[in-house]
Amino acid sequence: MSAAQWRRAMNAGADRHAWPRTAIASPAAPPSVGAAPQAVEAAAHSLQRIKARHVAVLIAVLVYPWAASPFFTFQIGGQSLALGLVALSLTFLGGYGGMVSLAQMTVASVAGYMVAIFGTSIDPISLGWPWWLAVVVAILIATAFATFVGWLSVRTEGIYTIMITLAIGVAFYYLTLQNYSLFAGHRGFNQVNAPTVLGINLREPVPFYYLALFCALTGYFFIKYLIRAPFGIALQGVRDNPRRMSALGFHVTGHRVAAYTVAGLLASVGGILLVWYNNQISPESAGIARMIDILIIAVLGGMKHPIGAFVGAIVFVLLQTFAIDLIDRERFNLVIGGVFLLIVLFSPDGLLGLWEQARARLRAGGVQSKLSDSGSR
Amino acid sequence: MRPKAYVLGTLASTAVVALLAGGAHAQETIKIGLLATLEGPFAAGGQDGIRGAELALKLHNGMAGGKKIEFIKGSSDASPDKAVNATRKLVEQDKVDIMIGPLSGDEGIAVKNYSKTQPNITFINGSSGAQATTLVDPSPNFYRFHTDGAQWMVGLGDHALSKGFKRVFLVAEDYGFPYSQVQGFMAGYCAQGGHVVKKAWVPLGTKDYSSVISTIPADVDALVVVLGGADAVNFLTQYEQVGGNKPMIGGSITVDQTVLNYKGKRRESLLGTPSAGPMADSIDTAEWKKFVTDYKANFKDGFPSPSLFAYLYYVSTESALEGLDAVKGDLSGGQKSYRDALQKLVFKGPAGEVKIDENRNGIGNTYITEVAKKPDGEFYNKVVKVTENVTETLGLSKEEFTKMGLGSRDVPNCP
Repeated sequence: MSAAQWRRAMNAGADRHAWPRTAIASPAAPPSVGAAPQAVEAAAHSLQRIKARHVAVLIAVLVYPWAASPFFTFQIGGQSLALGLVALSLTFLGGYGGMVSLAQMTVASVAGYMVAIFGTSIDPISLGWPWWLAVVVAILIATAFATFVGWLSVRTEGIYTIMITLAIGVAFYYLTLQNYSLFAGHRGFNQVNAPTVLGINLREPVPFYYLALFCALTGYFFIKYLIRAPFGIALQGVRDNPRRMSALGFHVTGHRVAAYTVAGLLASVGGILLVWYNNQISPESAGIARMIDILIIAVLGGMKHPIGAFVGAIVFVLLQTFAIDLIDRERFNLVIGGVFLLIVLFSPDGLLGLWEQARARLRAGGVQSKLSDSGSR
Repeated sequence: MRPKAYVLGTLASTAVVALLAGGAHAQETIKIGLLATLEGPFAAGGQDGIRGAELALKLHNGMAGGKKIEFIKGSSDASPDKAVNATRKLVEQDKVDIMIGPLSGDEGIAVKNYSKTQPNITFINGSSGAQATTLVDPSPNFYRFHTDGAQWMVGLGDHALSKGFKRVFLVAEDYGFPYSQVQGFMAGYCAQGGHVVKKAWVPLGTKDYSSVISTIPADVDALVVVLGGADAVNFLTQYEQVGGNKPMIGGSITVDQTVLNYKGKRRESLLGTPSAGPMADSIDTAEWKKFVTDYKANFKDGFPSPSLFAYLYYVSTESALEGLDAVKGDLSGGQKSYRDALQKLVFKGPAGEVKIDENRNGIGNTYITEVAKKPDGEFYNKVVKVTENVTETLGLSKEEFTKMGLGSRDVPNCP
């Protein structure tokens, strides 16, 4: 983004979203441009940006279940999309808000537990509400929980944010482990089945895949939109220089808590997909190992772009599923760890960073050859 | 935006792999999926479980029913979701015909639920001992050829009463397996007039037992300690420090090597500590001695003597192979004849006869042991009593058992 664009966007954000609204927010803003032309311009701009590869990826993910076995559709495809959505919430918080929260899996588990408690399972604790009501209530509660986590942790920075979110996550894990009246303790809830909607059983691999794909695409485009919207731009400003943003009249804490709310919404949708995918939820689903898995996925893919979360999730799920075939028995975690180490070692920006490096090199080579071709001109 | 092409590449390659994997698979070999916890807290146990399964196959020369048997291994970290993921991979991707696993209780319930979606595959439990696996909503293609966690304690209550322990204090870990164990103990103990005066449920891995110890009433005869070995040693040490002197009664995984090697002042008082389980190191039969000799000969890196997990996986695998022998490797027709053969299967295992009931759960022996001293001063668990043909209803009628319900914090109760 050019400096001019950045400035314009910042000012637009200050104009509309400054909390509290101040009269001096945007002295440099251009005299009000009509909203409609701006939107048209933006639409045309985004259309221009759609390239062949974007269409190809979209077609690929849409036809994937028809080319792959049910196993690949469900366990690799469905699981990657659900985990990717939870990781996306961390990418948004970490990459664009500068807040690395380990509690995203906890938020997802809260949503999963709420679906199990309000919806149906084999456990008598479940209230048996209709699935849509249970889902809505679960998302509301989990998002509220995420907002609460944000409210607690936004006043900290860096490692302290990690510590406080880790503490919240571990506290929730032990709560679920030892509370039998609400969370069914160590055993958790079994047979939390995905519903049958309009005659389509969402537990089947292909319907589940498309459900997960729909949620993932919605989440992805929502985040893509949001990071260009005034709120997202302001959030990135808060990430880069909170004091300056504060001086400009932005409510820094408010923006950060709001970011947690948005991330919580994504994570709770991902959590509901995960509980349907696993068909059960137990404290281990909210354990430290799973919390760190989400961090690994986000870092593995790269936090600089929303797609990184899904790239990371696919690689993570593939590794976790097939590493045991590459090397026998108890040593297979070595492969997983080794791959993570290599990627992080050679590319701090994850797989996306590797991709960018490769492209830069290719482009440099291409420019050189072009230069040598047209040298005579 | 560039990375999308990366995704495309990944997706394309997974699709290719999927297509390749979907190809034909030979009928000359029968694939058996083997799931154990090769990571996480039970990794050592999972490894020994695999040894037990491999021993069974080795003694069959790698063949059953005239066909070559191939193991494909899967791993979990003792969490239900990982167990189901690993099982799904073995069943749907590696196309195994028979599945053996998992290791721990809550995994067993989750895998049982998954087995319902794969009616053409036969699932045989590895070593998980949750009662709910076969008692609540059982699956027609899930078999457990050994007894569950409650059955492992049957007879211990009567034995405790015969030693004069009329009032006991209970300390146990707060999750499913100890609930089952305590129920197995209390079902007989309460019925015979014993009293469990107070129960203390502590979280798994508790280090500090002082608050529990301070609540032990003075007028109890013994302590029932259903803790894992390392937790039990912590408890014993702290109990000794405050001057406690009550005798102990142990669960199936309480009096293990860590407890037997206990070096505290009260070491001698451990002598005579009763516990119970589906096997014991010192069973005095030719079958058990052969099993131990075979285990030691085949696994130089194994334990000094096969663990509970090695024994249970051995029995499970042996059952799967004997069933295949009975039908000459014929798994056609949705494995119907194979399942009929499994249902009728009876054979002499290392620790007694192996057979199953109509819920496909094992009926078998429970061994009551007491800590005794070898001539060289080493402690071991000596078999003092065998309860034969223990059923899943713990010797009660079905109605009586249903009335009591599955073991939990408050069930059974006899203060």
